[in-house]
Amino acid sequence: MSAASTTPSAVSLAPVHQASAGLWKLAWRRLKRDKVGMVSLAVVLFFILMMIGSFTGLVAKNWSKEIGVSYANPLFMHGAENLEAVKKSTDPSAKKIPTADLSDIDPLAPRYKEWEERTAKIKITETPRAESLPLGGDKWGRDVLQKAIKGAETSIFVGLVAALFAIVIGTALGAISGYLGGRIGDLLEWFYNIFTSIPYILLILAFAAVFSSSPQLAAFKGVPTVVAILAFTGWTGIYRLIRSEYIKHAGREYVKAAQAIGASDTRRMFVHILPNVSHVCLVQLSQHVVQFIKAEVILSFLGLGVPVDSVSWGTMLAEAQAELVIGKWWQLAAAGISMAILVTAFSMLTDSLRDALDPKIK
Amino acid sequence: MGAYVLRRLWQMIPTLAGVMLLIFVLFNWVGGDPALVLAGKITNKDQIENIRKQLGVDQPAYVQLGYFAFEVANGFTCTWRSYTHNDDKPKAGDKATADAPASKCEGVRSWATNEEVSKILTSRIGPTLTIMIPVLLLETIIGVILAIGVAYVRGTLTDRAIMMVCTVAMSISFLVYIIVAQYLFGFQLGWFPVQGWSDSFWRNLTYYAPLPIMLAVFVGLAPALRLYRSFFLDEINHDYVRTARAKGLSEKTVMMKHVLRNAMIPILTNIGIALPGIFVGSFLLETFFSIPGLGREILVAVNRSDFPVIKAATVYLAMVTMIINLLVDVLYKAVDPRVSFK
Repeated sequence: MSAASTTPSAVSLAPVHQASAGLWKLAWRRLKRDKVGMVSLAVVLFFILMMIGSFTGLVAKNWSKEIGVSYANPLFMHGAENLEAVKKSTDPSAKKIPTADLSDIDPLAPRYKEWEERTAKIKITETPRAESLPLGGDKWGRDVLQKAIKGAETSIFVGLVAALFAIVIGTALGAISGYLGGRIGDLLEWFYNIFTSIPYILLILAFAAVFSSSPQLAAFKGVPTVVAILAFTGWTGIYRLIRSEYIKHAGREYVKAAQAIGASDTRRMFVHILPNVSHVCLVQLSQHVVQFIKAEVILSFLGLGVPVDSVSWGTMLAEAQAELVIGKWWQLAAAGISMAILVTAFSMLTDSLRDALDPKIK
Repeated sequence: MGAYVLRRLWQMIPTLAGVMLLIFVLFNWVGGDPALVLAGKITNKDQIENIRKQLGVDQPAYVQLGYFAFEVANGFTCTWRSYTHNDDKPKAGDKATADAPASKCEGVRSWATNEEVSKILTSRIGPTLTIMIPVLLLETIIGVILAIGVAYVRGTLTDRAIMMVCTVAMSISFLVYIIVAQYLFGFQLGWFPVQGWSDSFWRNLTYYAPLPIMLAVFVGLAPALRLYRSFFLDEINHDYVRTARAKGLSEKTVMMKHVLRNAMIPILTNIGIALPGIFVGSFLLETFFSIPGLGREILVAVNRSDFPVIKAATVYLAMVTMIINLLVDVLYKAVDPRVSFK
């Protein structure tokens, strides 16, 4: 399809771009007809908008503020008994009662007055805490809804960026190995064999162990580390697919034509062939985002992911595990359901994209 | 076939060397100075220098790499000896005082517990397999049966509904399943123990293992069903199926006798891919249900930066993976006579 349009005159970027637009336009038309695909696309876009919103501080700005009572009830359970909150609020008053007058024997007794003056200077304002929050509160009275949105930001960001890096690594190496072959191809195949002969979970844990103990990488702890771990371990599947695509394309006429008019190897690989395999990249990107979001949640749950001062669906689940035992299920539900919605939408979008971009279906 | 196996074994050598090189580079350079990691909060320069000497990280890189290769091989011989000569054990006490790598069976020790790494790994593999072998068997059997059923009603509303449920089920984090199931079946209803493990294999299998096994099977079923269904659907469009139907065979016979046998080939490939994973186990299940398996051991090692354990586990499990892959390829021939060794 694009072989015909990439005639020798199409050396400049623009016509090549036009040629690939044909495929994308067709795919977009097919995707538009696919109702499930469009709905999932809408859901995914909604989550991405939410991510941008919370990143720029438009929504979920106060996720770390303790605005409710401990384990505040969700709105729809307003008025339900909250033993945890009651216990906490009575505790401090119980402590205030002086046990005995020790001023006779206390060597610090002369300073009592000075302390009293000082404490009088400090203004204590008691902010009223909400009894119930939209989706309930956590142990410190933080809003679970805002936490879930903020957690979505972390998880989606990690998933997207790690998938992008993995795609770049996998595509670049796959292109080199598939197109050039030879010694360098063998070397990359060796690399691939090394990475795939170690069980995937073990590879991730080994990288996590190294990155978390390294003093030089301490500055990058948290999100950058998780992204690096996922990208460095997750490129192999993409590499395999892209490599076989490049082997297939390397012998095609349009590549030979490009060679005949003097296009360099790099140009043929990345200007001529890449647009023709980019649909594989896109489907892989979508698939890997899903995979990496799931992985990030598990890594953060285990404490190998994002640091404690930020929130991700994984850390929320880690907190929720203990809360469930005392009957506070809303944080688990919020994190679990929002993740399930996003991942379902993303997986269905991947399936729709794959169908829409399949060149065999016209 | 002998030539094929030999050649495959020969090809493993560069890969294995590469795995060791990767691990070496990761743990000796990327992870920073191993001596500092081991030293932890010790800041005394002399002490750190001592640790550096003990670990051999003051040597040039090729010497360290040689040590590492020696340690890997030594781990093998030690494990082997501990299985063949049980009389070794009483001597272990005085051997510990002898200078390291020189003595024959002084394996690498864990930084955290000072236990020999090869012993840690061999003792943890049992619980892992107790969980993972039933999981793999049940998942395959149930998955294949359900997939035949779904493929039989392909294209109907039931089929689409089941596929939809699978997609949704796959989207829920494994963590949520474990947390909820442990709470519901273990804590609330009390049908299963919340967690635990014993020394008796049968008690483990019948009392402690069922809940983790059922969870893993349940979670693994959705992707397996989707995959196996696609295998069946691929086969259904073949000519031989049409011929079988044209002969007047019932749809049931066609599915059970013709399609199933042919679809078993990609299914077996898939099991072959999953097989090495059973040795790693599910570290999440092992952590939640406190099963003393390999996955949990590795996770604990990661959390306390116990490099020797992680290094050994990675290298040995990579070996196991390669050998199982070879075995699967050889067994393949038995299942599919069309396969020829090249």
